[in-house]
Amino acid sequence: MNAFVRQAVSVNITPPVTTAATRETAAPAEMRMTISKVNFWYGAKQTLFDINLGIATSKVTALIGPSGCGKSTLLRTLDRMHETVRHSRLEGVILLDGKNILDQDVTQLRRRVGMVFQRPNPFPKSIFENVAYGLRINGSKLPMADAVEKSLRHAALWDEVKDHLHKSAYELSGGQQQRLCIARALAVEPEVLLLDEPCSALDPISTAKIEELLVQLKDLCTIVTVTHNMQQAARISDFTAFLLNGQVIEFSPTPHLFTKPTDPRTEAYITGRFG
Amino acid sequence: MLTMTGLCAVVAVSVLFFILGYLVYYGGTSINWNFFTKLPAPVGETGGGMANAIVGSAKLLALATLFGVPIGFLGAIYLAEFSGSKVAFVVRYAADLLNGAPSIVIGIFAFSIAVHPFKQFSTLAGGFALGIMMVPITLRSTEQFLLAVPRTLREGAMALGASKWKTIATVIVPAAYRGILTAILLAFARVAGETAPLLFTALGNRYWSRGWTEPTASLPVMIYNYGLSPYEDWHRQAWAAGLVLLALILITNIVARAILSRGISVPR
Repeated sequence: MNAFVRQAVSVNITPPVTTAATRETAAPAEMRMTISKVNFWYGAKQTLFDINLGIATSKVTALIGPSGCGKSTLLRTLDRMHETVRHSRLEGVILLDGKNILDQDVTQLRRRVGMVFQRPNPFPKSIFENVAYGLRINGSKLPMADAVEKSLRHAALWDEVKDHLHKSAYELSGGQQQRLCIARALAVEPEVLLLDEPCSALDPISTAKIEELLVQLKDLCTIVTVTHNMQQAARISDFTAFLLNGQVIEFSPTPHLFTKPTDPRTEAYITGRFG
Repeated sequence: MLTMTGLCAVVAVSVLFFILGYLVYYGGTSINWNFFTKLPAPVGETGGGMANAIVGSAKLLALATLFGVPIGFLGAIYLAEFSGSKVAFVVRYAADLLNGAPSIVIGIFAFSIAVHPFKQFSTLAGGFALGIMMVPITLRSTEQFLLAVPRTLREGAMALGASKWKTIATVIVPAAYRGILTAILLAFARVAGETAPLLFTALGNRYWSRGWTEPTASLPVMIYNYGLSPYEDWHRQAWAAGLVLLALILITNIVARAILSRGISVPR
């Protein structure tokens, strides 16, 4: 594992140009979302501590860290999915295009910030209806068939399913189901797409397809992905945040974080000494 | 010991087959076309049928379903999706107690609030009594099937901007519909043979019921009356009615199980 990480890092990452310059780009002017001073509690237990993070527009931002470090919790605050859990409490400000998402209508917010989950969770409906779902509940007037085709093409699934759009989504393989879930999220044309360990339940080939897809999707929307797989973060992301015990330990451009981590804990984690 | 337990298992199964065999033998030889198409013959004459009781039972069961299923179903949605664990505990406990209440008690209750105030036995009161019995069965099993829908599906819908109600209506209930349908059919089968609540409410009738506010005949009450009568021909017809009723319940049960075994619509 250890050797594999180093190999992946050395093979896939172009070295940073200059450290100072690269670090500057960690905070470019173009920020889709800004997370400031976010603290989070489940009941009496605080799981996020004073999080500050910028999510750059049309880039892939990866959240990495050991299990239980709060990376999924942080991701779920970005579309307020944390509110579905009883006794959760959030303090702080999360801006989307300059406006605090905590003051907005949650339905509208979730339309603008889509989410893909750890396990593929297609609805017990046909492939077509799965993709059309978000449009239907939002009362979209767009021609449904065109919108569905477009989303399936974006998710690189169209060619595999175009002849049986009305079959049950459960007839697809796990990897196809996950791409269907991505298509479903893309159908409402979100500005930000959140992914919570989207490949953890998939085989290597399906994983590779989804990684490739995410890199292509950057042009369409801003992407934030949680992963426990460091090679994956290294391969697909532009920026990486390393979380530990509910705190952001380090946040830099991905090549920088993986080759010249400034915090010893980051280095210990990416070289596989823990986690 | 092994022999003992095995023997007890055999006894358990053979009771069903004994009853079935008995019913098929006596009922099968007594049943004929007249049974389904004719009214009961006047006392002292042989022949006739139970057309009014068959129609009466159908009306009573339709009323019971219309009354009991929506309450059980909507209550289950509240329990599964909205209530806190304390409320849910109390409602579940109450439903289980109601489910275990002797049906004759339900009959007296229905009599006191749906018959006595109007000084009138009626089809409506009968449907009400059976409906009360359907509520706890529908509620408890529907709740179980709703809770079995994976949390990830709810999250998937809500992450697309669906409100809680929209999630329930468009994802959760469709995902659980086989189970819910089964629950309703089993509740239906359970009350189809109930006699005691009907003795106090729908009473019985030797003719066509003149309307919803009039007493009506029903198969279980006919079996009760005919079985206790001194007439050989009525005994014959009681057997036939028993066979028809049991066939109805068995078929409902089999259909329910067939629906469920075609697979829960959501893989776990």
